[in-house]
Amino acid sequence: MKGKLSHLDWLESEAIHIMREVAGQCANPVLLFSGGKDSLCLLRIAEKAFRPGRFPFPLMHIDTGHNYPEVINFRDNKTKELGERLIVASLEESMAKGTIVLKSADEPRNKYQSITLLEAIEENGFDCCIGGARRDEEKARAKERIMSFRDEFGQWDPKNQRPELWNLYNAKVHKGENIRAFPISNWTEMDVWQYIEKEKLELPSIYFAHKRDVVKRNGAIVPITEVTPAASDEEVENMMVRFRTVGDITCTAPVASNADSVEKIIIETASTLITERGETRLDDQVSEASMEQRKKEGYF
Amino acid sequence: MNDTNQNNTVLRFMTCGSVDDGKSTLIGRLLYDTKTILTDTLSQIEKTSKKKGMSALDLSLITDGLQAEREQGITIDVAYRYFSTGTRKYIIADAPGHEQYTRNMVTAASTAQLAIILVDARKGMLTQTRRHSYLTKLVGIKHIIVAINKMDLVDYSEEEYKNICNEYKSFASAIKLEEPNVDIKFVPMSALNGDMIVDRGRSLSWYKGPTLLQILEKIDTTEKTNSSFLRFPVQFVCRPRDSSNEKLHDFRAFMGRVESGLMKINDKIKVLPSNHESSIKEIRIGDKIITEAHAEQSVTVSLNDEIDISRGDMLIHEDDTLEGSKSFTANVCWLSETNLTPNRTYLIMHTSRSSKARISSINNKININTLETEQAVELKTNDIANIKFKLAQPLVLDKYSQNRNTGSFIIVDETTFHTVGAGMIETIE
Repeated sequence: MKGKLSHLDWLESEAIHIMREVAGQCANPVLLFSGGKDSLCLLRIAEKAFRPGRFPFPLMHIDTGHNYPEVINFRDNKTKELGERLIVASLEESMAKGTIVLKSADEPRNKYQSITLLEAIEENGFDCCIGGARRDEEKARAKERIMSFRDEFGQWDPKNQRPELWNLYNAKVHKGENIRAFPISNWTEMDVWQYIEKEKLELPSIYFAHKRDVVKRNGAIVPITEVTPAASDEEVENMMVRFRTVGDITCTAPVASNADSVEKIIIETASTLITERGETRLDDQVSEASMEQRKKEGYF
Repeated sequence: MNDTNQNNTVLRFMTCGSVDDGKSTLIGRLLYDTKTILTDTLSQIEKTSKKKGMSALDLSLITDGLQAEREQGITIDVAYRYFSTGTRKYIIADAPGHEQYTRNMVTAASTAQLAIILVDARKGMLTQTRRHSYLTKLVGIKHIIVAINKMDLVDYSEEEYKNICNEYKSFASAIKLEEPNVDIKFVPMSALNGDMIVDRGRSLSWYKGPTLLQILEKIDTTEKTNSSFLRFPVQFVCRPRDSSNEKLHDFRAFMGRVESGLMKINDKIKVLPSNHESSIKEIRIGDKIITEAHAEQSVTVSLNDEIDISRGDMLIHEDDTLEGSKSFTANVCWLSETNLTPNRTYLIMHTSRSSKARISSINNKININTLETEQAVELKTNDIANIKFKLAQPLVLDKYSQNRNTGSFIIVDETTFHTVGAGMIETIE
């Protein structure tokens, strides 16, 4: 029908509008870029929002130090191709400074990202972080604002969020306070994959089915890497797998899959029976409210 | 999740009702029967249902909220849910419906094209049914579905259903709900048993109309609310100043979303509030050059003349008589816990432009239970009042009844920066 946008065009237009509001209202924003599929959608949206100009913000990666090399290479190549500036804020630097203290050397590092993020926000004076979170990911996200207010300590207070009406966004903050802007709030995992297909976005290779050494642990497939070795009594298998999300090695698990193209992943996503986080984010299974808790502590 | 169609349209709707009406069960049912709920979520719900001693799956747990809410046993905020069918992507705004949550209802309604108003078949029309209907009218929703739920508890009685429909119709005509252009549909259902939501079920065979989902699938979502006048608020000005690239050296373009109307190449336009005139040279989305842009499209526009334009300016057609104004009245919903202070200065954010504003007068306040107007000197949380404003700088305003995007604004406290009010413009001076 003429004059009626398809859902992907509508979602894209909404996301462009949100990004331009950030650029128009905030003095010093930054875009959080991990090399993951959601943040790659954000980069394409930023291109559509600001080209032929430069992005009115740098990109920033919160690096846990536990990365798949493919993703880091991809991150660096992508940044170079776009000609934009990348800031890498490293958890290992926070550990060296003593602001992050791990309980044990092999403890998953995802939840400590908040500390490094808040340090980087303070150091660079950012008043807004653009992130790729979606409301369909988790129930603590279902009530998240598109422009979410964080206080001086980076905390999210669900009872003290600004009402958000029409497409009017209030990104005003005092010094030290922060806005987290989520342009793809209204996207589902399926929307993300369809957008990747439509825009022919390149992704890190680990999103596609490949052979990998894994063990089965507590019902999850755990990849065997330098930081996640197999226990002596575990049997290592070489399996066809792909990753549905890309994060810290210690808490991101792949799924068994033969889908080696975006098209096949879409078909698999359509028939999948398990949510993205339930299947592949080992850290969200700990407690029913763990995402809500992490967000209150400054997580994006 | 089971839909791979790339060309769905989007339908945004809200659900009005309290926990007792089966609102959570209805949403749970929509998501469950459209196969949006996946195994791990479902197994969590099964566990909790058992823990609560329930024999069947408690679908209302699907929309179970935050820890803070569970502790207090209430819903405090609007939640957004998603599902897709072969034809549409749906965004549900799920708002609590009690009287003290008027602001959440208004928030949810502001982005909705359609409202489902739940009525408990045992109880019929209640004060809250009237309140919810009034609020959907106030916020300009053009499609209403009155869902008469819990039919299983009145033995699926056709007579009960018809009585409630008739009662609603006479109420609707009393508050002129159908004017202008609002269509109202009725459907009997049992969210608990899944009758007439996605599947027809077996117990309502006397009802020959469409199921709830069939109504949602067929509703024409072409926005009836907005006029066809071009409204293009500039959000951002693009100036690459790239001296290495001759084409980009002097490139200047204006970025924004078409809020209403149609913009074509060569169209003569003027810029408000400066009134400078020019014409459209180029329209693009990213690298793609297009010949026209219509409502809801975010585009980048360049003009044939070099005129001074910045964020907050509005592009309209040259023959349009619209002007900036500094005085207007609006229906305001007060959102803040702190009362409105009539002699304070507030900030009004409208499209991409803001202005300081003062309150000239509070004309009246609406009692949302009786729907009568009353005198008011102050406004507290959840109050709705008609207010006259005076602006420091002109804003380019439309009446809300003619344009939801350029007829709405938010009120911001200049000290705390909180969003304290939401307004819908009624008259412009």
